[in-house]
Amino acid sequence: MVERFEAGTYDVIVVGAGHAGCEAALAAARMGCKTLILSINLDSIAMMPCNPSIGGTGKGHLVREIDALGGEMGINIDKTFIQSRMLNTAKGPAVHSLRAQADKRKYHVEMKKTLENETNVDLKQGEVVELIVEDKRVKGVIMRPGAIYRAKAVIMATGTYLGGKVFIGQINYQSGPNGLAPSLELTKQLKKLGLRMRRFKTGTPARVDKKTLDFNQMEEQPGDEEIVPFSFMNDSLSIDQESCWLTYTNGETHRIIYKNLHRSAMYSGKIEGTGPRYCPSIEDKIVRFADKNRHQLFIEPEGLDTNEMYVQGMSTSLPEDVQISFLRTIPGLQEVKIMRPAYAIEYDCIDPTQLKLTLECKDIEYLFSCGQFNGTSGYEEAAAQGLIAGINAALKIQGKEPFILDRSEAYIGVLIDDLVTKGTNEPYRMMTSRAEYRLILRQDNADLRLTEKGYKVGLVKEERYKKYLERRAQIEDELKRLRNTYVKPNDVNEFLEKNNSSGINNSISLYDLLKRPELNYDLIKEIDKDRPKLRKDVQRQCDIQIKYEGYIAKQLKQIDQFKKLEKKKLSPDIDYSKIEGLRLEAREKLDKIKPLSVGQASRISGVSPADVSVLLVYLEQQRRRRGEDDE
Amino acid sequence: MIDDTIVAIATAPGEAGISIIRMSGPDSIDILDKIFVSKKGASIREFPQRRLVYGHIVDKSIERVVDEVLSVYMKAPYTYTREDVVEINCHGGIVPARNILELILKNGARSAEPGEFTKRAFLNGRIDLAQAEAVMDMISAKTDTSFDVALGQLEGTLSKKVGEIRDIIIEVLAHLQVSIDYTEEDIEEITYPELLNQSELIKNKIEKLLETSDTGKIIREGLNTVIIGKPNVGKSSLLNALLKESRAIVTDIPGTTRDVIEEYLNIKGIPLKIIDTAGIRETEDMVEKIGVERSKEFFNKADLVILVLDASQELSDEDREIIKYVKNKKSIILINKTDLPQKIDEEEIKKLIPGKKIIKISIIKELGIQEIEDEIVNMVYGGQIKMKEASFVTNVRHKNALEKALKSIEEAIEAIKQGLFFDLIAVDLNDCYQYLGEITGDTVAENIIDKIFANFCLGK
Repeated sequence: MVERFEAGTYDVIVVGAGHAGCEAALAAARMGCKTLILSINLDSIAMMPCNPSIGGTGKGHLVREIDALGGEMGINIDKTFIQSRMLNTAKGPAVHSLRAQADKRKYHVEMKKTLENETNVDLKQGEVVELIVEDKRVKGVIMRPGAIYRAKAVIMATGTYLGGKVFIGQINYQSGPNGLAPSLELTKQLKKLGLRMRRFKTGTPARVDKKTLDFNQMEEQPGDEEIVPFSFMNDSLSIDQESCWLTYTNGETHRIIYKNLHRSAMYSGKIEGTGPRYCPSIEDKIVRFADKNRHQLFIEPEGLDTNEMYVQGMSTSLPEDVQISFLRTIPGLQEVKIMRPAYAIEYDCIDPTQLKLTLECKDIEYLFSCGQFNGTSGYEEAAAQGLIAGINAALKIQGKEPFILDRSEAYIGVLIDDLVTKGTNEPYRMMTSRAEYRLILRQDNADLRLTEKGYKVGLVKEERYKKYLERRAQIEDELKRLRNTYVKPNDVNEFLEKNNSSGINNSISLYDLLKRPELNYDLIKEIDKDRPKLRKDVQRQCDIQIKYEGYIAKQLKQIDQFKKLEKKKLSPDIDYSKIEGLRLEAREKLDKIKPLSVGQASRISGVSPADVSVLLVYLEQQRRRRGEDDE
Repeated sequence: MIDDTIVAIATAPGEAGISIIRMSGPDSIDILDKIFVSKKGASIREFPQRRLVYGHIVDKSIERVVDEVLSVYMKAPYTYTREDVVEINCHGGIVPARNILELILKNGARSAEPGEFTKRAFLNGRIDLAQAEAVMDMISAKTDTSFDVALGQLEGTLSKKVGEIRDIIIEVLAHLQVSIDYTEEDIEEITYPELLNQSELIKNKIEKLLETSDTGKIIREGLNTVIIGKPNVGKSSLLNALLKESRAIVTDIPGTTRDVIEEYLNIKGIPLKIIDTAGIRETEDMVEKIGVERSKEFFNKADLVILVLDASQELSDEDREIIKYVKNKKSIILINKTDLPQKIDEEEIKKLIPGKKIIKISIIKELGIQEIEDEIVNMVYGGQIKMKEASFVTNVRHKNALEKALKSIEEAIEAIKQGLFFDLIAVDLNDCYQYLGEITGDTVAENIIDKIFANFCLGK
């Protein structure tokens, strides 16, 4: 019998110190909460157990939003990146997405340092084996060696540690990610508390030794010349960048994989968890897309101080000997030596429809959760939820209004609304196509959308807020100047002709000229001699806002429509069984999800437009009843 | 706050002296002002409210007079809905009312949901809770009753057509989205010419669907139903009974219905075009002869034949001749005049034309009419009668949605021609997809994502 002892009291305890846990702890602490962050191993704080990069399409947007709200991920990757690229530049500005290769080790070290230097944060190594829950309210946690920590709120951020089980070919064993210890006790209790648990699966490819690779046989993928920082706090960054390398599988690779399919953990039926469709293993790709005669893979450095290279695109649950033989069929990898084999990992998570939009558990008060525990995948998705869980835990403790972003305000809003309202049947990954109002939710304007909100909740500090106000004013001033600066035909027609743009007959504002697709802010400096000296990001912002004005207006109109139903609030105490006219299915779903607005209700599968009408009439009845009572 | 303006035809469909179109909401007076011209060319605003003003409804975009009408506007809050309300009295029949309705929709109103005027009356505090409960019943009835299920089946063809268009759009969208969200994957990007091709195809298909919805066609392409029988068995009376109106001339002299009369009616959601034929028989009368010839022509095209026999007379050779025609048609056999002493031999009819439903009726006594309607509904929903494809865009709301979808795809095509970015083109295509979805009641986002994962090989 373990001797239990009282070890301390906190406002907030965060269980897990991955990307979700770190943001949660920092947010809560920075909002004034005394915070304890627990990790099975302190050396795995902000560990990147899979790809060595932050950002990408959709995900890059999340990081910019986290940063705009006062989160840490953007700042940390800016300190530790070794290559930076803006993806999708051949497409519209709304889908430009930033991605940076990270030095994994350094990323961990810097994040740990930040936590350690945060006054309100204590770090502690150890495994939580039990939550203290009384009267449907969480009160603290109990550690394996018996320490009891009490807290007003607990945030779960257990990642793939919870019930973790690793698969490599025919063998499997209980384990957390990257050979770390799993957390095997908690699930049982969570189930007992009434939480609906499920099992998800993910995988990671092999890491190989750089000195066994021949890069001459691969295509070099260098970083961008001009680096756009992730954090709005950094105006510019400059480093010597590392390259990534591109190569391809071939018929021989596929033949080996096919021959050994029966030895794959996935195909032999040993894995029960649901894997993500967007991240299939190489054996999956070869089976499902048999007509493709090659698949690409990127070789990415894991850091500056290591030879380990990440083989992107080659996630697999085939046995190690098969991994070695198929990798060696690939150009540049003929001599390859694996340093860490690929593996699949299965873990416990919850059905996220049990959560509120604040990421608090509906049935257990003051228990928040984020990251893979909620059924998502990816560092950025985890961090975004961690931030929101941390903010809301702090607000709740302080007796303040919750902080909820809606689908028209942020990718973070889309992410959480999707999880909580629709649930997910596979590890959820952000994509830009999940956002209805993509043209508004750009990565370049995340601060304009969110920093004010972050300031209001107390997470954005003065320095960032001042910087944001300054940038906003510069943009507004410059737009105004462009609107009021007119050019005459005589002065500009030569310039226009030179740039394949039709000449003008009357004077026209620079603003209207910039709407032409063939012109841009940089180009017209020739006819705009007296322009103020402005930062690149400010110039770019003006360009985007002018050029896409028409489409932006279209989306703003859609948002207006959307907001109408979002503003019709539904109390979580509504007894849907008492509302006449709702169909049975709608009644059950509404009861389960307890949407906060008619808008949210309308997104629940099984709630029809007719049900929405019924809800609207019901709301109006309530309002009038209240009104009549007052009279 | 309710801030949109709704419109509907307030009078029951069918033939009547006048039809009334009612509008409610903040823009209703503005809209009336845009489409109404008084006799002396004055704006409606120059007249006091609550006064019927004589004038014309004019489609100013094509400078065409739509109908001669009486219009009235009533200012909030002293109206049924407590909003600004406009009523337009136009000529009876479906066509004038529909034309005006469409013009109003084009000018910014949207078509009202069933019960929506009442719902607004409630929401604006005009009616009390008990009345509101009744409205709620109506709203829920909309999804629950067999009516909707039945209508759903009827609209199956439209859904299918719309579904086909949506399938093309989603395919294109998936290509756009995948190249945006998986920019580094080894996937061939869709080209602009290909995009243009597909979008033109989508546009054509929407246009084709819209063509079928032109007012005239909607009505003309209803379920072709022919009433047939020898003279004076009560065909016109039957038609009138179904219309609950008296329009065709009814007398006791055989051959009064000289020409073919077409009427349009709606039986439990099924649009019918009923043709009351002159009796098919040998005749020397030229006028009637033309009528008879045309009857035969209509008869051959009919989807459903209603044969009327006279119970008070023995089966004549003429009857037997007609029965021969009817034998191979989807048909219902009515024995009329059952209020009189019966002379007809039912067994003989059953032998001559086996397997057909025989309904005994008396139009004069109003017996059996309900049974006829039920049988028509049964035959349609039971799949015995197939309706023609073109008959399906009957709902103005659907037409509205199709028009919006058309506008979106036109904007997408414009964007493609200008070589705009994929993410911008996707906005228009998405809109188009959404509007079409309003017809079939489907939602978007997940569909596209499923499509992406099903069709493309992606992986980290």
